[in-house]
Amino acid sequence: MSAAPERAAAPVLELVDVRKSFGPIEILHGIDFALHAGEVHALIGENGAGKSTIMKILGGFLAPSSGAVRLDGAPAPYASGAQAEASGVVVIHQEFNLAPDLTVTENIWLGREKGGLFLDHRAMRAGTQALLDELGSTIRPEARIRDLPVSDRQMVEIAKALSRQARVLIMDEPSAVLTHREVEVLFRQIERLRAQGVALLYTSHRLEEITRLADRVTVLRDGAVVRKAGRGELTEDGMATAMVGRKLEDIYPPRRHQAGTVALEVRGFSVPPLVKDVSFTLRRGEVLGISGLVGSGRTELAEGLVGLRPATGEILRHGIPVAIGSVRDAAASGIAYLTEDRKERGLLLDKSLTENLTLSTLARFGALFIDGRREEAALSRAIAEFDIRAPRRDMKVGNLSGGNQQKLLLAKTMLGDPEVVIIDEPTRGIDVGTKSQIYAFIDALAAEGRSVIVISSDMPEILGLSDRVLVMRHGRIAGELEGARVTETDVVRLVMGTNEQPTGSASHV
Amino acid sequence: MSDLTRSDAPRPSVAARLPGLSALGPLLALILLVALGATLNENFLSAGNITNVLARSAFIGMIAVGMTFVITSGGLDLSVGSMAAFIAGVMILGMNALLPSMGVGLPLVLAGMGIALGVGLLAGLGNGLLVTKARIEPFIVTLGTMGIFRSLVTWLADGGTISLDFGVRQFYRPVYYSGLFGIAWPIIVFAIVAVAGQIAMRHTRFGRYCEAIGSNDKVALYSAVNVERIRLMTYVLLGLLVGLATIMYVPRLGSASGSTGMLWELEAIAAVIIGGTALKGGYGRVWGTVIGVLILSLIDNILILADLVSPYLNGTIQGVIIVLAVVLQRGKSSSA
Repeated sequence: MSAAPERAAAPVLELVDVRKSFGPIEILHGIDFALHAGEVHALIGENGAGKSTIMKILGGFLAPSSGAVRLDGAPAPYASGAQAEASGVVVIHQEFNLAPDLTVTENIWLGREKGGLFLDHRAMRAGTQALLDELGSTIRPEARIRDLPVSDRQMVEIAKALSRQARVLIMDEPSAVLTHREVEVLFRQIERLRAQGVALLYTSHRLEEITRLADRVTVLRDGAVVRKAGRGELTEDGMATAMVGRKLEDIYPPRRHQAGTVALEVRGFSVPPLVKDVSFTLRRGEVLGISGLVGSGRTELAEGLVGLRPATGEILRHGIPVAIGSVRDAAASGIAYLTEDRKERGLLLDKSLTENLTLSTLARFGALFIDGRREEAALSRAIAEFDIRAPRRDMKVGNLSGGNQQKLLLAKTMLGDPEVVIIDEPTRGIDVGTKSQIYAFIDALAAEGRSVIVISSDMPEILGLSDRVLVMRHGRIAGELEGARVTETDVVRLVMGTNEQPTGSASHV
Repeated sequence: MSDLTRSDAPRPSVAARLPGLSALGPLLALILLVALGATLNENFLSAGNITNVLARSAFIGMIAVGMTFVITSGGLDLSVGSMAAFIAGVMILGMNALLPSMGVGLPLVLAGMGIALGVGLLAGLGNGLLVTKARIEPFIVTLGTMGIFRSLVTWLADGGTISLDFGVRQFYRPVYYSGLFGIAWPIIVFAIVAVAGQIAMRHTRFGRYCEAIGSNDKVALYSAVNVERIRLMTYVLLGLLVGLATIMYVPRLGSASGSTGMLWELEAIAAVIIGGTALKGGYGRVWGTVIGVLILSLIDNILILADLVSPYLNGTIQGVIIVLAVVLQRGKSSSA
């Protein structure tokens, strides 16, 4: 418990010994947490550590089971998110709270429109312009939200928060959806707000962002604060170790793959508008990691390879060019893609396990009529093989836990017996225990002689799984690392473009 | 692992094998209606009345079975009533035109049937291509074609009625009025369509894909399902079934006009919804649709027979039932 920076000012917003239970299970165990004016306080921890519960309690969306929420030293006078906003405590959620068809101005004044019987458009537009100017943003007040890039939408959220005279701004992984350049813009705004005396809570899985921004860091694990530190007291490695609570290497299988013949070769592959001129090879029995920031074109590349996006370039399987225009073509060429978006693109949440398992390979379960018995048998095998824990076989997949959904999605993908498997974010939103199971499956796929591509934003995952790493930046391959050169420093350098050779594209546009 | 070994045997629970309450609800309503009809009028359960009700249900019924697939896969077709009128008009004009060369007889009727199915197929294909290739909302596409078909048949009839030649009509009549083993042809054809539809929905890839697409078309696309082709097929299938319904309908009156098939689209959609198919797609119940069709025609029949309330209030009662059915559906899905 090291001392935070000088304790001059009393905290603006504070949690004192806060506990929260859902039913009989306590998920927050006596949290003390304080936000000070003019400071960025980073809250970090693994998924499920309790970050979002803390943010919900601070923002008035949840009431603590015991303990106190204090605003300016007095019990917080709000019992809902709307009341909290009125008190100057504003939460920017990961899914933006903006009406896409309304303009920037209309969104900012939504629910508090100026004017009497008729709207005072001029005053609202002027107010919006003033806010945007203050933020140094060039967004037009008349622009519709749906026409704006994600970073601009974030800016609108920040402007909206400012218009509510936010004294406390709680940001839930604001950089997760932003490109490198957009993150820079966001950081400048955060620094500006800090200078204006706003108390900020910042969460991110990218530890380098925490190092750069945070004046204080609080590390959560399993619903308890395990570490508090001031600026510069904790290295990124120290943060990661504190978050996980054990050595990271333990959950990864040992890397001992024997790479065989070339199974897949990609030449001059472009997926407009982002991915340009990507070439790489993939061998049998190999795990190839693809790293890069969100927005660097990793998912677009994968979706282009399996025919989900129009693409140009050459794909060779065992040296023979193949034409892939749809997921069916990809499957016929033995290539399968496991999407990062499990809930919206991977599984039918309101259908049963069986219907989900066999959807992409239904033709194998009977010519004219579907053979229900063979489907059930396939599900039994999948449950055993992938350790899917479902209370009932006929339950809706949406009611399974994230980890079991991911195992089912893996089982569904493997039912087609693909030789090349592209797995996008294999462990997003999954607990540590299931993670190591999924890593073992991936390892087993490679050991069977299949070729696996793992796309991940999770740096330890890339380092722990990959035999070879490709790093993408701005839609191009920024570099390739193999063997002993697969280290966090080298990957991060390539991801961020800091060891840029003069021939490469500039990282700041 | 003990949990797993237990779930290894394919043994669905009792609750899963029985149809859910949302499936039983329409059936209970149908039984109640039959009981009500029987107590109100002794002729209700007579063979004549039952045949009458079923035969009248058959047209909407065949269309509603096709509509079930369209709605299940997340689509909608408002054009079916106008399409039926248009098909009837073209079919009658075609048969009249062929009469001099072919003469009255089976070949002429078969030619007429061919025309009806062909026009139905093309009409469905048109709707389907506009939805899948031009990517226009099904509501908009079929609202447009609804107006087009309706105006075309009015134009063909020059504002009046297109009548089938009297001699041909006499020859064609038995297709509606006669039957097999005392069961009228429309009822037999409807039964075959319903059974085939149920099997297609439950036991073929087509049905499974329709449900998957309606449930989440992105997941279907990522799962190697040919989403556009399945969607197109649902509209083509519906067009063919509208053609089939028209084949059974034309011998009844022997004519077509601008008001033929008026509001059939709404009755068909209502039957699908009452039967428990979700309007937003994802769940299809062909049996439910059959029950929905029967409920709608029974209400009509009971009002006429029972003299309880004015038959003019038929629409009111049907409307209340449709709204109730949707409210009950929503209650189910939110509690599940």
